[in-house]
Amino acid sequence: MKKKQIMALLMTSVMAFSMAACGGSGGSSDGGDSSSGGDSGSSGKSKITFTFRDDGTDLETNALYKWVNAAYESWDKKDEVELDVAPITADEGNYFTKIALQLADPGTCPDLVCEDTFQLPNDAAAGYLTDLTDYVADYADWNDGKYYESMQKMVTMDDKVYGIPYCTDTRGLWYNKSVLEQAGVIAAGEEWQPESWQDILDACKAIKDNCPDVVPFWCNAGKASGEATSMQTYEMIYYGTGARLQDEDGKWITKSPEIEESLQFLSDIFTNGYGPSLSLVLNGQAANTSSREYLPQNKLGIDLDGIWITGSWKENGAAPWDGYEDEVGLAAMPTSEGQDPGTVTLAGGWALSIPENSDNKDLTFEFIQHMMSPDVYLQSILDQGNICTRTDTAEEEEYSAQPFFETATKFLETADFRPQNDQYSTVSTSIQAMVESVVSGTSPADAMNQYHTEVARVVGEDNTVQK
Amino acid sequence: MQKSMRKKYMLDQAKKSVLLIPAMVLLLAFFIVPIILTVYYSFTNMALTGSAAQNFQFVGLDNYKMMLTDPNTLVSIKNTFIFLIGSLVGQSVLGFLIAYLMKNKAKGFRRVIGPCILAGWVMPEIVVSLCCLAFFDVSGTFNKMIGLLNIPGVDFIYGHPMLTIIIANVWHGTAFSMMNFQSALDNVSGDIEEAARVDGANRIQTLVRIIVPCIKDTIATNTMLNTLSTLGVFGLIWALTGGGPGMATNTLPIYMYNMGLKNFQLGQGTAIGMLLLLVGAVCSIIYTRVLKTDD
Repeated sequence: MKKKQIMALLMTSVMAFSMAACGGSGGSSDGGDSSSGGDSGSSGKSKITFTFRDDGTDLETNALYKWVNAAYESWDKKDEVELDVAPITADEGNYFTKIALQLADPGTCPDLVCEDTFQLPNDAAAGYLTDLTDYVADYADWNDGKYYESMQKMVTMDDKVYGIPYCTDTRGLWYNKSVLEQAGVIAAGEEWQPESWQDILDACKAIKDNCPDVVPFWCNAGKASGEATSMQTYEMIYYGTGARLQDEDGKWITKSPEIEESLQFLSDIFTNGYGPSLSLVLNGQAANTSSREYLPQNKLGIDLDGIWITGSWKENGAAPWDGYEDEVGLAAMPTSEGQDPGTVTLAGGWALSIPENSDNKDLTFEFIQHMMSPDVYLQSILDQGNICTRTDTAEEEEYSAQPFFETATKFLETADFRPQNDQYSTVSTSIQAMVESVVSGTSPADAMNQYHTEVARVVGEDNTVQK
Repeated sequence: MQKSMRKKYMLDQAKKSVLLIPAMVLLLAFFIVPIILTVYYSFTNMALTGSAAQNFQFVGLDNYKMMLTDPNTLVSIKNTFIFLIGSLVGQSVLGFLIAYLMKNKAKGFRRVIGPCILAGWVMPEIVVSLCCLAFFDVSGTFNKMIGLLNIPGVDFIYGHPMLTIIIANVWHGTAFSMMNFQSALDNVSGDIEEAARVDGANRIQTLVRIIVPCIKDTIATNTMLNTLSTLGVFGLIWALTGGGPGMATNTLPIYMYNMGLKNFQLGQGTAIGMLLLLVGAVCSIIYTRVLKTDD
């Protein structure tokens, strides 16, 4: 009898516990609804909900978080409008899924969202984003050449504007000078500039032979790193063969010697032990591990990544590194065999967009204008460590004097862009799967076959081509 | 007389039906309608974003055709079965052993060991995977411990990913099997065991010839329940390996998530969901058949 009673008590408590847990999650999602959906707060104020990606390390050091708060504090409509900062804590791979889900639902839709420009055409085609063409018509800075034209193009689809670009970037090879010196790749005080992929492999070999505990080469290589794996790694390599993702007719190239060559290079890096261990590189924190830990701690030789990693090394960044400008160098990524144009880089960028389901569009656009006003914007682009989209900011002493910015901005002149259409972001996930399988041991040929199958599934067999 | 009896019977039935309505409504709203919708969506090109998100179209069997020609489907099915069989064997054998060893032991002993094993079961999947991550990581607890004995570390999560998720799932699920077997073993009459012992059967013979046949219904039910819950495991694998590295732990639920939510192709994702439903249904039918022949 007593046993039964205990059992009953146990069952009840377990049930109560699990119900409480369900209630808890339900409650929090309700909270999310009211904070983002209801656009007039309890005090009758209008409300702007701002959504961006946070990597979960420390919100206070997040450049976008600092930016939106600073902009709000200095906004003349501050007293009339409430600001709701609603970051999405996710790795880059999952951020776009969450954004798409939020944008589709009026109940959870934010008023202002950070969109990567590669995802923008996709979300615009889905009808998730507000056409800002009429808004920018009255935005003096937009029409006076204060924004770079190439940046304006990145947010324009079928002559309609879907966002205000707030940063762009270029990529290259970051190298730790003392590691390369110790390995004998460069002499003290010398700069490194590889001329071909073979030069990179040779440097890796020298590092491996001479610096036993150092990872020679790091690049994003996992699905968890999302777009970073496609753009910073695969496309930086693949574009160096001279090939592009789509041919002149807009068909996706899914099998070609160039693809196999690029994958072979990646495979060479990882099978020879030049790359980081899979446990380090296949998780969502990989890019932070390399730039904030391994490179500053002299545990990494060469890192293929973007200019923004310098943002975290600054005094107020996530991993301050005193004197980084002397410790690291930035080299351009060479083409496969050094053929013209000799180097390659890709440029992307992010934009501020207003979702279609936002019911505070006019006010939000005013807020965007304030966020992008030179005074507010300058500090933010310094925090982000990225390349600015405004011509007047580019001339500011404080901006242009940043280490490496001259080089990185020069890369921009010959930079390539990703395909701008609503299929790319899905093709990109197949690229990530292909890269991850190669670095974890699949043969380049098999990975390429899988890539073909996956891309054909999404864009249709007719829209693919094999060379 | 008979009329009033019938009337009373009808009234009773009506009362019962009224009481059933809330349950039926809930079942309809949260179970039957979603299933029907899922079946329907699996025949469309519905997408999470892109132009197909605005107005999706009926595409017939396209999603199924693509699924069946994709080599990843086969890999996912294979992975699902490896994970399923590994988990089933691990959970049942371990659950039974613990239950058997705990039988007839002192109450105090049972009171300490039982909750320890239950702890793995009560924890939410995501906490289980975090614990396992801390334990199996290259610089995790396990490698630190064997490091003390100067044994070189093992890269579990990336070197032996399938083994890792199976161990994690076994740890999570063993308690359920253990409880099932405990109650079944408690019902095995001591007299039969006594008789067997008097007839000269040793422990192993008693176990194989007497105890196992007595609880075979429980074994079958337990296997079926474990199968269905293992087929649906997502969070555990997602948090531990993300289905990787490469395709190494890509089971059907992970494959479905990647296709539906990461590649934004909801229609194709639901088609994979239907495949998962089919696998579950086939397993259920096999188990119920096995159970029936025994009656």
